[in-house]
Amino acid sequence: MILTIARREFRSMFMTPLAWVILAVVQVILAWSFFSAIDVFFNIQSDLTTLKNAPGVTDLIASPLFELSSVVLLMVMPLLTMRLISEEKRNKTISLLLSAPVSITEIVLGKYLGLLFFIICLLFLITLMPLSLAMGTELDFAKLFSGVFGLFLALAAFSAAGLYLSSLTDNPMIAAISTFGLLLLLWMLNVSSASASGDGNVFAYLSLHVHFTALLRGILNTRDIAYFLLFIVGFIVLAIRQLETQRLQS
Amino acid sequence: MSSLISVNNLTRHYGDFCAVNNISFDLAAGEILGFLGPNGAGKSSTMQMLSGNLAPTYGAISINGIDLLENPKAAKVSLGYLPENPPLYKEMTVTEYLQFCGRLHLIDKTQLDQACDLAIERCGLGEVRRRLINNLSKGYQQRVGIAQAILHSPPVIILDEPTVGLDPIQILEIRQLIKTLGESHGIILCTHILPEVQAVCSRVQIINQGNLVYSSSIDELLNKRTTRYEISLSATPALDEISGQDIFTSVERVDEHNFIIDSDASAENLIEHIVKQQWGLSRFTARQTSLEQIFIELTAGDIEMDETSL
Repeated sequence: MILTIARREFRSMFMTPLAWVILAVVQVILAWSFFSAIDVFFNIQSDLTTLKNAPGVTDLIASPLFELSSVVLLMVMPLLTMRLISEEKRNKTISLLLSAPVSITEIVLGKYLGLLFFIICLLFLITLMPLSLAMGTELDFAKLFSGVFGLFLALAAFSAAGLYLSSLTDNPMIAAISTFGLLLLLWMLNVSSASASGDGNVFAYLSLHVHFTALLRGILNTRDIAYFLLFIVGFIVLAIRQLETQRLQS
Repeated sequence: MSSLISVNNLTRHYGDFCAVNNISFDLAAGEILGFLGPNGAGKSSTMQMLSGNLAPTYGAISINGIDLLENPKAAKVSLGYLPENPPLYKEMTVTEYLQFCGRLHLIDKTQLDQACDLAIERCGLGEVRRRLINNLSKGYQQRVGIAQAILHSPPVIILDEPTVGLDPIQILEIRQLIKTLGESHGIILCTHILPEVQAVCSRVQIINQGNLVYSSSIDELLNKRTTRYEISLSATPALDEISGQDIFTSVERVDEHNFIIDSDASAENLIEHIVKQQWGLSRFTARQTSLEQIFIELTAGDIEMDETSL
């Protein structure tokens, strides 16, 4: 049942131009930065050979690419999540799901899963770029995997937050703007704490960015993974609660 | 036999406003229940509660013997619902949409195509089955909505204003379809089109300001005689001359030739009487059906209130 809803969600994304436009725009921007990163790498390649413990191709090309992807997608994800629930409410299609033998939990999980499928497509296209370097050089696959995994967790967290904010309103625009605001705030929470001593800081701990960069550096830390999982589960539970409450109040 | 829907003391508040107040009724298989009421009477709120879209403040609903509030998933299996606004995903084609609805309503994979074909045929959607719902006219979209509600052939079908936006021929077709479905299913038809209720339903309920104010079978209703007629006379007798006749309980003059009369006598006797007077009867029309009379009497409270508030 969850899969039925997820499949419809996924297909309907590709039936509107939105998904294609987003894939294309993201790909063009990232490809441009990928090529300039390669260009820089060629220029400094000779200097690198003189260094001990020189950073490899993965550090110099793949990691910055994932870093940039996370920022670009931070702006793009709200556009994808905004319509998840608020559009259903606006078009009253939600009553089809509510009068079907499906629980609200299944509806929310189905929609979330549908979006995750899309994220996997997006991630696949992005990963193809650094992966293409494997034809000419040796890559640090462990680090690459850790980066992709980190990006996936970050995008999954963006989606969960967007899903919840989309359940609050029946206006997709408001959902998009508030999602963008929330994500940006969480992303740069650590900026304020940059001067303070790193680890023990509450803001640094809450910031999405801190946990993401750890994974990007190739450190698979349970603390960071737990942070993302808690973030995702938390917002999904909130979205389910929100829809349950609306049935009581609306 | 046990009833398909049984509703007990259903109440719904929106803040301080009481939209539905302590309603109880039952629906048996093979029955088409017309649910009538003026705008804002609580019709749609009641339907939303029956379909699980809205939680009641108190009260109990059971569908096909299963409590909707305690066991919603099992209860909703027996339910087909067409809300006021048909819930259509406009970026899908008719067939895709119906297949999605079928899977949502747990139709077995092997029977899915068959069920879709049947619903498409019943609602006359054959020509448009491969088109995007977004590009269909309002009437076709409405029919897709109906197809969605009857697709899984649920024992209980709730239709909220199903004939809105349809042309007269389509309305007749859909009414015929509802009648056919009503032979084997229990249907609640929510509308404010009175002739539709008279044409289709086997029982009528009127709801006004959240209260159930009238409930009767349609046969009983049709046996009640109309008591108000409009007549046109080519002669122009004085008003006194007409109202002097004992057979009329009241007479009202519209203009020189047209009168509205109330009478308990049968139409046959009335015509005979009027012809005898040689007033030159040129038109004799039953002013309202009995359902209209009852409806207006029971909901007139609001209309007066509306007029004073203007």
